[in-house]
Amino acid sequence: MATAALRFESEEMTDSKIKKILSLFATFFKIGAFTFGGGYAMIPLIQKEAAENKKWITDDEMLEIVAIAESTPGPIAINSATFIGNKVAGVTGAAAATLGVVLPSYCIITVIYFFLKNFADLLPVKYAFFGIRAGVIALVLKAVIGLVKKQKKSVFTACVICAAFALALFTGINVLIIIAAAAVAGFVYSLISARKGDKKE
Amino acid sequence: MILLKIFYTFFRIGLFTFGGGYAMLPLVEEAVLSNGWLEKSAIIDFIAISESTPGPFAVNMATDVGTSVAGIPGGVLATLGVILPSFIIILIISRFYRAFKDSRLISGAMRGLKPATIGLIAAAVINMMRTVFFPNGLAISAVATKEFAISAVIFGVMTVLALKKINPVLTIVISAAAGIACGYIFRIGV
Repeated sequence: MATAALRFESEEMTDSKIKKILSLFATFFKIGAFTFGGGYAMIPLIQKEAAENKKWITDDEMLEIVAIAESTPGPIAINSATFIGNKVAGVTGAAAATLGVVLPSYCIITVIYFFLKNFADLLPVKYAFFGIRAGVIALVLKAVIGLVKKQKKSVFTACVICAAFALALFTGINVLIIIAAAAVAGFVYSLISARKGDKKE
Repeated sequence: MILLKIFYTFFRIGLFTFGGGYAMLPLVEEAVLSNGWLEKSAIIDFIAISESTPGPFAVNMATDVGTSVAGIPGGVLATLGVILPSFIIILIISRFYRAFKDSRLISGAMRGLKPATIGLIAAAVINMMRTVFFPNGLAISAVATKEFAISAVIFGVMTVLALKKINPVLTIVISAAAGIACGYIFRIGV
């Protein structure tokens, strides 16, 4: 059955569709290969390539993608690639764009991994990682500060931040349960504040 | 079987990571430690590698952890696992975008999810500090070692640089150089 469906699809594939799929793959490969840090760092590049250069999406759609990416699980890069790929060339397009954005990272990391593995026991490499470990904490700390600044200031937000922090640090409760509980708490809170007639949202 | 477990673990991580980037850090930490796959310090090394290479952080971390646990197949399955939930969810949502956008359930849940993610990453920072500054367990005497002092100074300087929006890759390069220099000058134990 699967092969029949596949054949059907390939018969449907016109030259222009194949071209689109290849172009999606190439464009997202480029995006994946040239953005450091991932996440929001990718948005300007996606915007430039997919909206300005290729005209696959409009600027409004780009904003929508960011909004969707923020409220769905997973990396923004993957969300955007899937969304744009799907819009341009269906599921195959989505797969091509997603694969494109992932492949550079995957290859680079694999190479680095095996490279470092061979040199991990050398003294300079050990010293380097001694320094890097301390420096990396600074990077993550900076990310936390940035995220806090971006949040709307409210008592509820502050309570959830502190509760999640304390539960993760001082209890053995699974992180997934904390995340699920926070989602429920957020939903209940928004129901209550809506009932109170709080239209600020 | 280890490969299935890697795939399943990273699929779950992909499904529960909201906001991307460092949001997956607490989940990776928990999964890796509860399965006994890697040392805590290895996770920190992977963060450094993920930060200094291009591409989405989640994919870099998945490839790194997967490969170190079960070689190339592990890396492939971890990467597939972490991207698959997003892929499927976005394909579904793009068909029901209006309903999704106006859903009170989703927007309500996000009001809890975003701050919770911040709290969880902050907790991960504290755990990382414990690993790096007190590798032999929390003790007052540990503060008196040269390793602690050097780590603390590098951390302090890098925090200032990071807050001044210095490029993360540069931050890591400077940290590595400082580690090598201090390592040879002070003969630290690593």
